[in-house]
Amino acid sequence: MTHGILMHEPDDDVGVAVADLATGSDIGAVTLEGQPVGTVKLLAAVPLGHKVAMKDIRKGSDVVEYGRTIGVATQDAPRGSHVHVHNIATKRWAS
Amino acid sequence: MIDPKDLQFTGYRRPDGRFGVRNYVLIIPVDDLSNAAAEAVAHNVKGTMALPHPYGRLQFGADLDLTFRTLAGQGRNPNCAAAVVIGIEPKWTDRIVQEIAKTGKPAAGFSIERSGDLKTIEAASRAAKAFVHDASEIRREPFSVSQLTMSTKCGESDTTSGLASNPTVGRAFERLSAAGATLIFGETTEVTGGEDIIMELCATPEIARQFKAAFDDYQALVASQGVSLVGSQPTEGNIRGGLSTIEEKALGNIQKAGRCTIVDFLEPAHEPRKPGLSFMDSSSAAAEMVTLCAAAGSVVHFFTTGQGNIIGNPVIPVIKLSANPLTVATMAEHVDVDLSPMLRFEMNLDQAADAALAMLERTINGRLTCAEVLRHHEFVLTKLYRSA
Repeated sequence: MTHGILMHEPDDDVGVAVADLATGSDIGAVTLEGQPVGTVKLLAAVPLGHKVAMKDIRKGSDVVEYGRTIGVATQDAPRGSHVHVHNIATKRWAS
Repeated sequence: MIDPKDLQFTGYRRPDGRFGVRNYVLIIPVDDLSNAAAEAVAHNVKGTMALPHPYGRLQFGADLDLTFRTLAGQGRNPNCAAAVVIGIEPKWTDRIVQEIAKTGKPAAGFSIERSGDLKTIEAASRAAKAFVHDASEIRREPFSVSQLTMSTKCGESDTTSGLASNPTVGRAFERLSAAGATLIFGETTEVTGGEDIIMELCATPEIARQFKAAFDDYQALVASQGVSLVGSQPTEGNIRGGLSTIEEKALGNIQKAGRCTIVDFLEPAHEPRKPGLSFMDSSSAAAEMVTLCAAAGSVVHFFTTGQGNIIGNPVIPVIKLSANPLTVATMAEHVDVDLSPMLRFEMNLDQAADAALAMLERTINGRLTCAEVLRHHEFVLTKLYRSA
């Protein structure tokens, strides 16, 4: 496998790990059509199916996947970090 | 690339002209009290299947109507050759018998009061035995994709569902819809964050309005409880698989519709009125949703899973598709179609849709699904509110 991250849209803030990815590794990202979107150095281990920040995401900003907003950042998530319930939240329902 | 019009389907023609892909004699209890008798009949008579459930007493209004529609819908489903209905008293029992009999198929009702379980079991077993003899002589015959009604739902989804298995169903549904099949999807709360996309797929503003009204109603119901669905949607399994928010889950979920036009909005357990994709107002809980699809006359179901939802249904075969390599490796006995090569670019979307359609053809023609072989008979009524 030449890539470890799949992206729905090339401009998304996040991509999805398609294998367990280790901290510090440089991982290639591609779109669903197979277009390369560069590599990213992982700041944390990211398990299969979990998301990786492909950009520096600032606390309070919308997080984009599928070219659409999937929630808001509750903490800063720099490029290469693990993006999940610890740093993003739904915009639709109060928790 | 497989065109569904080229698939060779065989099934059981019912008196109303619809085709089933299984040939069951169902023993349907009207109420919780009648489960024991229904299960006794199913034990006595080979080729029958009981559908025990915990409700049917002191329900009222729309909730009662939905229970009647769901129970009668199992008997009306083309996978059912004939039905025996058992209730504690005759009136509600006969209501369900009459609804099933409207399809022209054999249906007989038995009530327990003034007979007791044992006499009821004997009489119902004799009727069931006669039905099984007749059903066993019905032969499969060819039918076309335009005579197929099927459904889809996802469960224990994760990010692989949105990347691969749901788009696979979406692509297969685009082809099935173009070929004239009747298709059902739903999961009303689980499109939260993508409801505008669903509305854009609707054929008319009126269908979009009906969908949005059902969507808003449920959001208002949740709000009226003073709570939110955070903690339930996404589920803990979804979160373990990497889904973080309802919006993300929804955007993956609605991939199952592909670019199909939504031709109709259906109340729960209502039979589709036209070919193409209908949105049915429904829970996102797997067994409830698939049970409603069976009640609506779906004869086979595409069920995508990420983390490994193992659901089946007694009346309709549930074809399980997964693209999560961990799930496919650790839960292989539950997965009918392995889509994990998609994540490695070893299978593209059209090839994946081909694999799904090939398995659909085999399943329709009699191949038992993983859920059928493993006896996953989850039959769950949707309750709209508590009983009186």
